[in-house]
Amino acid sequence: MSLAAKVMAGDRLALARLLTQIENEELVGLDCLSDLYPHTGRAHLVGVTGAPGTGKSTLVNRLVLHMRSVADGKEAEPATVAVVAVDPSSPFSGGAILGDRIRMRDLAGDPGVFIRSMASRGALGGLARATAGMVQALDAVGFDIILIETVGAGQAEVDIARTAHTTVVVSAPSMGDEIQAIKAGILEIADILVVNKADIPGADNTLRFLRATLQMARPMRYGRGDHIRDQMEADGVMWEPSVLATVATQGDGIESLSQEIARHRAHLRASGEWAVREGERIRSEMELLLREHLTAQFMTRQPDGRFEEALERVIARKLSPRQAIASLLEGEG
Amino acid sequence: MTGRKLRVLIAKPGLDGHDRGAKIVARALRDAGMEVIYTGLRQTPEMIAEAALQEDVDVVGLSILSGAHMTLLPRVLELLRQQGQHDVQVMVGGIIPDEDVPRLKEMGVTAIFGPGTNTQIIVQAFIEAVGTSLARG
Repeated sequence: MSLAAKVMAGDRLALARLLTQIENEELVGLDCLSDLYPHTGRAHLVGVTGAPGTGKSTLVNRLVLHMRSVADGKEAEPATVAVVAVDPSSPFSGGAILGDRIRMRDLAGDPGVFIRSMASRGALGGLARATAGMVQALDAVGFDIILIETVGAGQAEVDIARTAHTTVVVSAPSMGDEIQAIKAGILEIADILVVNKADIPGADNTLRFLRATLQMARPMRYGRGDHIRDQMEADGVMWEPSVLATVATQGDGIESLSQEIARHRAHLRASGEWAVREGERIRSEMELLLREHLTAQFMTRQPDGRFEEALERVIARKLSPRQAIASLLEGEG
Repeated sequence: MTGRKLRVLIAKPGLDGHDRGAKIVARALRDAGMEVIYTGLRQTPEMIAEAALQEDVDVVGLSILSGAHMTLLPRVLELLRQQGQHDVQVMVGGIIPDEDVPRLKEMGVTAIFGPGTNTQIIVQAFIEAVGTSLARG
């Protein structure tokens, strides 16, 4: 049986091996992923991001427990859930300690759950290079919901909004979010905002502040005035991000969060936004691949040392990077 | 940074609550360039085998100080084999009486490290057990 067939037949060991091959960008894994590609596109991809220490892993643990305990409407069975948790690699050794499973011990032993930890391996946007590929494989084998937990470095983590359908941004009281929030970025990508550890004194202030800031930080996508935006929200064309309070260690607020995630999915489907996001995501994935391939192709065509030579001249400030690339490209094409 | 990296699982089976040794080993392995999945305290053999499978690790490192190793380790090894994880190496650290060492090795434990072992020796054993050069990673 081929690897793809084994994986599709529900062989979890084969799935785990495939994920490793994808992570290491081994050709056999990437070919298998291509075979699986027609089966992708069904899972609801939910990103969970936010600063370190806000309780993302604990929240994911509770959320998955909840999702596994309730059957959603028409379906008789609860959704199956995969978790991909990304932690940072050490810039010095390239090694990593991946500790998200510590908080997800309640999920052990459930065949409807699959958890995979991955190291960021030098990537900066909160995900690893191979995260999208691994998510595709989990999607293909039929997980209904895939939760993607980002590194948690904060402001720069906007990759997740491109990868996920629904982005949950987690913060906690007194985490300095009052200032960070104004810098937008992370709040702009939020479809749902969670103030976790809401039993800490001061949580009300954080909730109030985030609600107020959200109104300002939210871009007016369609470049129209507020009254039109309000109308669009009322019509369900535009999504108004909500701010929810949770205490993940106690399980408080988890049901509301789960419902809000499902509501966002329904909104994406009903408004046509699902297809738009899907299109944008696939476009950026293809563009990235094209860039990588063109670069690799160009490098193999270059006579030995020409690029290095240009690099030296740029380092010596004799050329600008733009001029160097222009001179390298001369005579190409 | 593409290519293969050594992936290892560090877990504490059973009920003793002392995880300093496990944490020190986890850091040493990380500093040697490995990706260490750390699952923490009070893991059952079932949890360990499941985590090893989902994470597709090359080595499982178990720290046991409770004296329950002759109960816990055979179960972990059995589960790993049942799941088809025949190539996973199992390393043990902690307090293991000398007389138990030969039996554990017979069952399939690759190496056993007592208190005070230099972490570099442990790192080297992990690398050799997998037979992969980290330079490839």
